[in-house]
Amino acid sequence: MIELVGVGKTFNPGRDNEFHAVREVSLSIEAGRVTALRGPSGSGKTTLLGLIGGLTRPSVGRLRLHGRDISALPERFLTALRRDTFGFVFQQFQLIRDLSVLDNVMLPAVPTGRPHADIRARALRLLDEVGLGRRAAARVQWLSGGEAQRAAIARALINDPPVILADEPTAHLDSALSRQILEILAELRRCGRTLVIASHDPLVFEMDLVERVVDLRDGRVLA
Amino acid sequence: MNTWIERQRGLIDTTVANLRRRKARNLGLLLAYVLLVFLLASVVLFGDGMRREARLLLEEAPELVVQRLTAGRHDLMPAQWLERIADLRGVAAVEGRLWGYHHDAAVGANLTLQVPREAAPAAGRVHLGATLARLRGLAPGDVLSLRDHAGQPHAFVVEALLDSRSELVSADLVLLGEADFRAFFGIAAGLYTDAALRVVNPLETRTVAEKVLARLPATRVISREEMRRTYDAVFNWRQGLPLMVLSVLLAAFALLAWDKASGLSAEERREIGILKALGWDSGDVLAMKLWEGALLSLLAFLLGYTLAWLHVYYAGAPLFEPVLKGWSVLYPHFALAPEVDISRIVSLALLTVLPYVAATLVPVWRAATLDPDEVMRE
Amino acid sequence: MALFPARRGSGLAAWLLAGSLACLLLVLADASRMAEERARERAQGRALVARVGLTDLALFNEARYTRHLSQADQHAAFQDHPGALEHFPAGSLAGPARPSP
Repeated sequence: MIELVGVGKTFNPGRDNEFHAVREVSLSIEAGRVTALRGPSGSGKTTLLGLIGGLTRPSVGRLRLHGRDISALPERFLTALRRDTFGFVFQQFQLIRDLSVLDNVMLPAVPTGRPHADIRARALRLLDEVGLGRRAAARVQWLSGGEAQRAAIARALINDPPVILADEPTAHLDSALSRQILEILAELRRCGRTLVIASHDPLVFEMDLVERVVDLRDGRVLA
Repeated sequence: MNTWIERQRGLIDTTVANLRRRKARNLGLLLAYVLLVFLLASVVLFGDGMRREARLLLEEAPELVVQRLTAGRHDLMPAQWLERIADLRGVAAVEGRLWGYHHDAAVGANLTLQVPREAAPAAGRVHLGATLARLRGLAPGDVLSLRDHAGQPHAFVVEALLDSRSELVSADLVLLGEADFRAFFGIAAGLYTDAALRVVNPLETRTVAEKVLARLPATRVISREEMRRTYDAVFNWRQGLPLMVLSVLLAAFALLAWDKASGLSAEERREIGILKALGWDSGDVLAMKLWEGALLSLLAFLLGYTLAWLHVYYAGAPLFEPVLKGWSVLYPHFALAPEVDISRIVSLALLTVLPYVAATLVPVWRAATLDPDEVMRE
Repeated sequence: MALFPARRGSGLAAWLLAGSLACLLLVLADASRMAEERARERAQGRALVARVGLTDLALFNEARYTRHLSQADQHAAFQDHPGALEHFPAGSLAGPARPSP
């Protein structure tokens, strides 16, 4: 469903600190499957994940979603498309301090203009599903690492996107908590969602969650 | 349409949640803002009120006042001059006015002694301004003793007090009869302080003034219009008293706005980055901050303006009293009449709301147009 | 499901704005009543201005040239020296009357 054709990303082009994070990657992500991007830090996993999710615009190459080229869409359309298609789970949780867990989970749905009551009900249900139902009113900085990551997953699901992109979902978590998170991801897979996980945590690959591994090194896909 | 409204409501919800996160800081900001609007609006309302009051009160003032000048100074006017003015075409009536100042050592105040045009008190009797009477503790029947030009004490019986509702024009007035006035100041008969004119056709006031000057070049002619404009100038918001207060306020306001405009904290930038990564576009972020600025400044404006209105019209502008009073001992009690001036309200609202909203938007606009993948690159 | 009541921030904001707007409208609505009352008071002042032939407000009586601002000669503030510093606060607020344009 997602196709990358000869995609590359260069930061600070033409300057002293020019940096090619991703070079000539051609890749297709199949719907309903779990793809893992594997590689050491600095291999371009995060950038590639951003490219797949439309968060980063490619410097060269094309990005197709359902066969449609979206790499040159104006920001407004791309954002709306991204909102409806992808849910992001970031490496550092990226929750907004001092807001309640519920408010954080509801944030991605605000620009959609869906009725508030619906969004709220869905957010509470998702929090229940990830086992945080009782913590909905708590401020996010009171959460433990595992709870924060589960809140972040609930947030990624609020717009009911078919694709979940997770960047190092088990980093900063011990193995018990990591398994818990991977369980939740496996459950998402069973519900028919497409998953792309960037990770170098062996635990992710031990469990029989990942169906396809893409190895990365220095911004290139290893054959 | 419903989606649009629901989205804006959602953005407002987020804004309010955001404001609540730093309750103390934002409440402080709101208070400072309310105070600013309050002072700003007080100055404008007070200035407008005073100008209106001066204009309406002075509608009854003489149309023209002619002063004699000797070597550039105000001098007493001989009665013959009055006759020469009365001869001029267009002059309906001329009256010699008698008024002067007396420093009352007992209270350290300057009094204005004046002979009224009509209903002058009988010999040995005076009518007192209510402010002065209050200061000296005098009531009708009491004796006001003043030293005349020769140092001799004169005892006047207080016949009546001027209505306290006229204090704005009568605070320090001592009205007395002509004979008493001349004896007190040692002014010979046939001399007047100046001359008050009534003209036949008010539209020709300027022409009459020119004629007076042509016939009596050593005079200064002051029209009622000029009296009015004197007070317009004192209470105009672009000069005089309001300008002094306003310049300080605007500086404070600029500071507040500058603090906002000079940039976002790293924390705020990071949060905007998160929102963008979560699927907010630049427009959503800007709209949220717009709501934040609009909410804060609108609330501050409404509260500040209401307080200013109460301050100026209900409480009698106590904050401005010391400024206006300066070193004078006599300060009249007076109440200003309110007038709802929509254009003033709107311009004041724009003056206070727009710069703040603009100042909050500029840095956000810069941050909101960043790439959404910034959060991922940490 | 309802763990805690769904109180929306936008509702709170609307209440605050509506409340303060109501306060403002309330005092503005009182203006006409008050203006009438004050106009009656002003009638006393106007009558006195007409009776005595007054030309100025009795606001600044700290100095001769500020008590009757419109009557003071234009050099009054500088009669000691053209560059003399202002003695009285009121004098710094008030410029001399300007002639008609």
